[in-house]
Amino acid sequence: MNIEQYISSGILELYVYGALSEKENAEVYKALKKHPEIEEEVKEIEKSLMQLSAATAPYNPESVFNRIKEKLSFTDNEIDVIPITRARTNWTTYIGWAASIALLIGLFLQFNKNRELRKQVVDAQIEQTLLEGKINVAEEDLSKAKTLLSVLRDKDIIQIPLQAQKVAPNAYAAVYWDKEKQTAYIDVEGLPNPPKGKVYQVWSLKLDPLTPTSLGILDTFTEDENKIFTLTNTNESEAFGITLEPEGGSESPTMEQLYTLGVVTS
Amino acid sequence: MQSNELILQLQQKNEKAFQRIYEMYAENIFGVIYNILRDETLSEEVLQDVFVKVWNKGDSYSEKKGRFFTWILNIARNAAIDKTRSVAYKNSQQNQTADYFVDILEEKSNFSSKIDAIGIKKYIDVLEPICKKVIDLLFFKGFTQKEASEKLDIPLGTIKTRNRICIDKLREVLAV
Repeated sequence: MNIEQYISSGILELYVYGALSEKENAEVYKALKKHPEIEEEVKEIEKSLMQLSAATAPYNPESVFNRIKEKLSFTDNEIDVIPITRARTNWTTYIGWAASIALLIGLFLQFNKNRELRKQVVDAQIEQTLLEGKINVAEEDLSKAKTLLSVLRDKDIIQIPLQAQKVAPNAYAAVYWDKEKQTAYIDVEGLPNPPKGKVYQVWSLKLDPLTPTSLGILDTFTEDENKIFTLTNTNESEAFGITLEPEGGSESPTMEQLYTLGVVTS
Repeated sequence: MQSNELILQLQQKNEKAFQRIYEMYAENIFGVIYNILRDETLSEEVLQDVFVKVWNKGDSYSEKKGRFFTWILNIARNAAIDKTRSVAYKNSQQNQTADYFVDILEEKSNFSSKIDAIGIKKYIDVLEPICKKVIDLLFFKGFTQKEASEKLDIPLGTIKTRNRICIDKLREVLAV
């Protein structure tokens, strides 16, 4: 038997594959028992094939062995217990970690929620303060309006309409004069907003001779919504006038800037 | 390498011997199964069944029948091919275009320490296309020479030598 030729025929590869017939198989077995070179060749072929097939495994399936032992219900403690204990330790660790992480997440969520609620409380308080302020303002406005209404309805009050003058042909105003209480209510709804640096000044006038007396300046003209100002008037007024004056008012009226004028008729 | 003493211990139901045998053969048998099934879960199931059988039927192995590796290889290929008839396998293959074993090696990047990864990669590069098919059918799939010659449409008489040349190349790069 030519051993080299036998080897190179390729029969040994098929022997390791398990691709030979029973008869061929028996022949190869006989040959390799007789010739160690042939057996050596078979071992080498097997070794290379084991490498090749191990390389096509997606991973080393070491962990599957535990399941096989379970299936076979092995009792050997040394093999059996160690991996199971290890597995249990792993589980405890994993569960421990999972619990800690869950707790952390929970705490974080609670903290966030708490912060959110606090913010909501603060917001609500701010809103409440704002609303209270609005109510106060509204009440104040209402009481002012009521006072004015009572003034307008009072039979003792003298109404003096103030007519437009050359400077502002569309301007108008009115004075409601309560002689007894020595109070004049000046309604200046019909006056334009004064230019910057100027104020309206209200005058009480005596006509013969012409004597103006300042009743006051309307320095809150722009801010006042009602445009009704309450001034003290102790004079025996015969007429009222409103002029535009520099900020702070003037000693005597600037007649060129006379906006409105009205004479007391009774 | 095959140790007759270890096999004898296995046949006497020595659990440690069984574990040693598992360590020696599990990965390469898993590779053969996986090449047929191309599904990790199903391949693990078959691997379990194969080694349960190795334990239970160990005493039916005889050196006269062939190599111990060949014996397990036969059990594994048969079990894997049986599995291809299952519904689970058919469902798992819906997006698979199963090819010869080479594509697994081309896509794989993590080789276990037992394997000469560089040699294997080099082998794929130098391997002729016909070798890929011949090795896949004869070794991985367990075809007979006749079945392989029909499937590949090459003369029956040349299968053996052709395969020999293909395996020689493998041994060359792996220095076996």
